[in-house]
Amino acid sequence: MSQDYWNYIFIGLSFVLYIGIAVRSRAGSTKEYYTAGGGVSPLANGMATAADWMSAATFISMAGTIAISGYDASRFLMGWTGGFVLLTILMVPFLRKFGKATVPDFIGDRYYSKLARAVAVLCAIFICMTYIMGQMRGVGVVFSQLFGIDIPLGVAIGAGIVFVYAGLGGMKGITYTQVAQYCVMAFAYTIPAIFIAIALTNNFVPQLGLIGDYTAGMTDSIPFLTKINNINTELGFSEYTSGKMSKVNMFCITAALMCGTAGLPHVIVRFFTVKNVRAVRSSACWTLLFIAVIYLTAPTIGAFSRVNLIEKLNNTSYSEAPAWFKDFEETGQMAWVDKNNDGKIQYSGPGKSEAGTSSPFLGAKPTYPAYDAPKDQRIGVHGERLLAVKADMTNPNELWFGNDIMVMANPHMAGLPKWVIALLMAGCIAAALSTAAGLLLVLSTSISHDLMKKIIKPDLTDKEEVKYARMASFVALGVAAYFGINPPSAFIAKTVAFAFGLAASSFFPTLLMGIFSKKMNKEGAIAGMLAGISFTLGYIIFFQFLGGKPEQYLLGISPEGIGCVGMLINFAVAFLVSSFTPAPPQEVVDMVESIRLPDNPNDEGGSAPPVVH
Amino acid sequence: MPTHYKRQIHFTMSEQPSELHCRRYWQKNITLVMILLGVWFVVSLGAGILFRDWLDEALPKVGNAPLGFWMAQQGSIICFVIILYVYKHMMNKLEGEEGFTSKK
Repeated sequence: MSQDYWNYIFIGLSFVLYIGIAVRSRAGSTKEYYTAGGGVSPLANGMATAADWMSAATFISMAGTIAISGYDASRFLMGWTGGFVLLTILMVPFLRKFGKATVPDFIGDRYYSKLARAVAVLCAIFICMTYIMGQMRGVGVVFSQLFGIDIPLGVAIGAGIVFVYAGLGGMKGITYTQVAQYCVMAFAYTIPAIFIAIALTNNFVPQLGLIGDYTAGMTDSIPFLTKINNINTELGFSEYTSGKMSKVNMFCITAALMCGTAGLPHVIVRFFTVKNVRAVRSSACWTLLFIAVIYLTAPTIGAFSRVNLIEKLNNTSYSEAPAWFKDFEETGQMAWVDKNNDGKIQYSGPGKSEAGTSSPFLGAKPTYPAYDAPKDQRIGVHGERLLAVKADMTNPNELWFGNDIMVMANPHMAGLPKWVIALLMAGCIAAALSTAAGLLLVLSTSISHDLMKKIIKPDLTDKEEVKYARMASFVALGVAAYFGINPPSAFIAKTVAFAFGLAASSFFPTLLMGIFSKKMNKEGAIAGMLAGISFTLGYIIFFQFLGGKPEQYLLGISPEGIGCVGMLINFAVAFLVSSFTPAPPQEVVDMVESIRLPDNPNDEGGSAPPVVH
Repeated sequence: MPTHYKRQIHFTMSEQPSELHCRRYWQKNITLVMILLGVWFVVSLGAGILFRDWLDEALPKVGNAPLGFWMAQQGSIICFVIILYVYKHMMNKLEGEEGFTSKK
């Protein structure tokens, strides 16, 4: 049976499962639409949150980022999981006790101001938009891989599916579908890792294989990490376990990712679906456990597939290259430029070039001649796909591959059975769909509930509110799809990292001060949020779109990590402004006191589910 | 459980946990959060980034992996899960001690 059939069977089955669940548990009321009625079990919510959290970016390109940058990629591993600790012990129990449906709701009430709410809505929209762009790109990558189509068409198809899917189920439908999606993702991610671990290290636990010996070579076994370090240094890359990012930059990016995680509205909202504060803590525990299953596997996949890819391709002549290489060449995820005309693929890093470059061609991405161009412009002498961009002759490297390839091509490279590849495809789609759906829900409710109902038109009826939510999600998806097709930055993981910087500099400090400081007032919070997010956004735009050079970085901090500085600015401005403006009114102080306490034992079944209207 | 039963009686009479209980609960909560955040910082930003060179060289390896590298890629994540479990456990205990345990 061919690979395509396996793919269609697995993906078809998973779709039937998701749609079945979504239809069975679709929202019957607005409360169910926003928070699934507040009665989801901690375990189920843990799985759903993990699926929501594990974006297409995480699933598809994190392992690739680790494979390329080795130790440096630890910032993503620690940042995204470490943020969950902050989220759980500093945020969600208190926000859940407060009991409203959205994050701008809390900020609007805590800071007794429509302006604060409006600023929060604006921040939420910015953050979700940045984040969802990466998701749409991910969906596009998967579909292009799957059906052999171009990424833009894949993005468009994905956007259509997500729109139908998120509109139908609401939070309740999404939650139970995400439980199923998590299961698919976990299997899809770990099974290939186990196979590769056995192949390379003779150890069926990938995490032990990583710290074990490399046994695939004919010669004596050597420690796996020594093997990968040797490969890297021989080819002119920095040592895998050393990394080359500066400590201050690494620290700032990790911190920004951590604090950003704790301020991400779509993750916080997930904890409004469980019964009470006690269930929130238990649910968060489950969530991190489920996330850890994937995050502990990612570094092993990254390292194993890097060794595998280089061993299989480096110094192999194109005519003998494995079939999967040609498949990925076709979809534009891998490219080969035969600089020395020897017909062999040579891979090398910046260390082999006097100019310190390592890209096979000029520019960040390969571009191709039009489909109707003459054949000799499209196909090279060895049968390879030719590029429209000029070769970069300042370095000897001939091989280009996207970050996404490490996970996508992994089973192919390891020669795994076809059903494993099909399972992986289903997992990728699950990852992309679950996060995009969750984000879209937050995005549309932010606009319909916080912006339209609470600020612009308070007399909005339920029905109209849902109508606005649908319209908002349609427009949002359109914009996200556009940026998914024309990503402003090269890698998915990078695009997502900006969302965290924005969240870290806006929501995180404001929520934290709202809970832990009774003195913080509206003037301080608004000034802080505005200062934090405009500084961070300005910095990102300057370096990402206006051609700022890395030499101009503030203290050597790259745009990904600047959220950390933005956060400090937010804190500083907020405390400064609040020190000479009037203190918050008594009822706000009382509210802060009340959310600090757990559920009252005399209330039936803990605090009431969130009141939406 | 007998202790729970006793507290139940207590609060059926006074309706709300007392002012003192509330204050003590919050203070203990803050202490616990501070300790856990300390551990959180040390295992991730500390061990994985700031002091990783020292950990790599001076301390024993985990399997074949230098400790700092291993903490950054695996160890910190394992520690995070443990931190959250401890938090959940301690907070539930604290709520019991200060009389916030719900009937169910």
